[in-house]
Amino acid sequence: MSDTRAGVAFPFDDPLQQREAATLGMWIFLAAELIFFGGAFVCYAAAGYVHGADFARASNRTTLPLGATNTAVLLTSSWTMALAVHSAHAGRRRTLLGFLLLTAALGALFLALKGTEYVEDFHQGLLPGRDFRGSGVERLFFSFYFVMTGIHALHLVIGIALLLALAAIAWRGRRPLPMMNVFENCGLYWHFVDIVWIFLFPLLYLRGRHV
Amino acid sequence: MKATTIYWRVYVALLALAAATTAVAFVNLGVLSAPLTLLIAAAKTLLVILYFMHVRFSSAITRLFAGVAFAFLAILIALTMSDVLTRGWLPPSTPPVPKSARSP
Repeated sequence: MSDTRAGVAFPFDDPLQQREAATLGMWIFLAAELIFFGGAFVCYAAAGYVHGADFARASNRTTLPLGATNTAVLLTSSWTMALAVHSAHAGRRRTLLGFLLLTAALGALFLALKGTEYVEDFHQGLLPGRDFRGSGVERLFFSFYFVMTGIHALHLVIGIALLLALAAIAWRGRRPLPMMNVFENCGLYWHFVDIVWIFLFPLLYLRGRHV
Repeated sequence: MKATTIYWRVYVALLALAAATTAVAFVNLGVLSAPLTLLIAAAKTLLVILYFMHVRFSSAITRLFAGVAFAFLAILIALTMSDVLTRGWLPPSTPPVPKSARSP
């Protein structure tokens, strides 16, 4: 990195312009991510329309208490992430470190609960494959369930790794915190993963509860 | 208003909306069920994007890029669903009768 003393990299005139470019670049990446997840969501919508009430009933075989708890956990983690970014802008290192590690812990809690749920699903024969116990429509539903929650969980694993890297960066503190854009950008990524779950939860867990 | 106050309120609103969507799911609302679920999810998304992701306070170009991302998602959904949802609207077409089978 060719940082000058002011902490501004080569093509930029001032920190504000640099931040602007970093935020914009992150949004372009998130736009690509949105279309990536969007493809899965639109296939799910089409399959749900074609199979109607059978598809909705299949969703009742998911474990709602775990899904609902995980929703609360992830929303809380988004809040602590927002506070972490806020502390970075304010230049408060200790608070930043605390919130980064708290957010990572909440992400890990989500994955632990999701793992418990996967084990439960596996024992109930819900993993599509030779030992699947259920109808064809249920098999289709759980294919969507495992692919979509699986990709989401992978994004969370990456997010937790990023948070731990951020904690290391904050700990070393080579440059003044408000000058650094990584906190803001990783925050954008974390909130995006939260938004994906905001849609996954009602679509996968709540679809057929009234049927 | 202090930023931390805004974050606190957004967080409480998100939890309330999550509870609302769970409660509403157990009520049979017929055709309104899916739109209401999506409406609540969209409201939560808007809160996250505007406040947690700071888009409300971002520059015009960042807002434009965020908006365009969702516009393309809307195109993806609209074009795919325009196929899936309208397949039953027309009667199945009958295959053309070969020339040799036609009566003179």
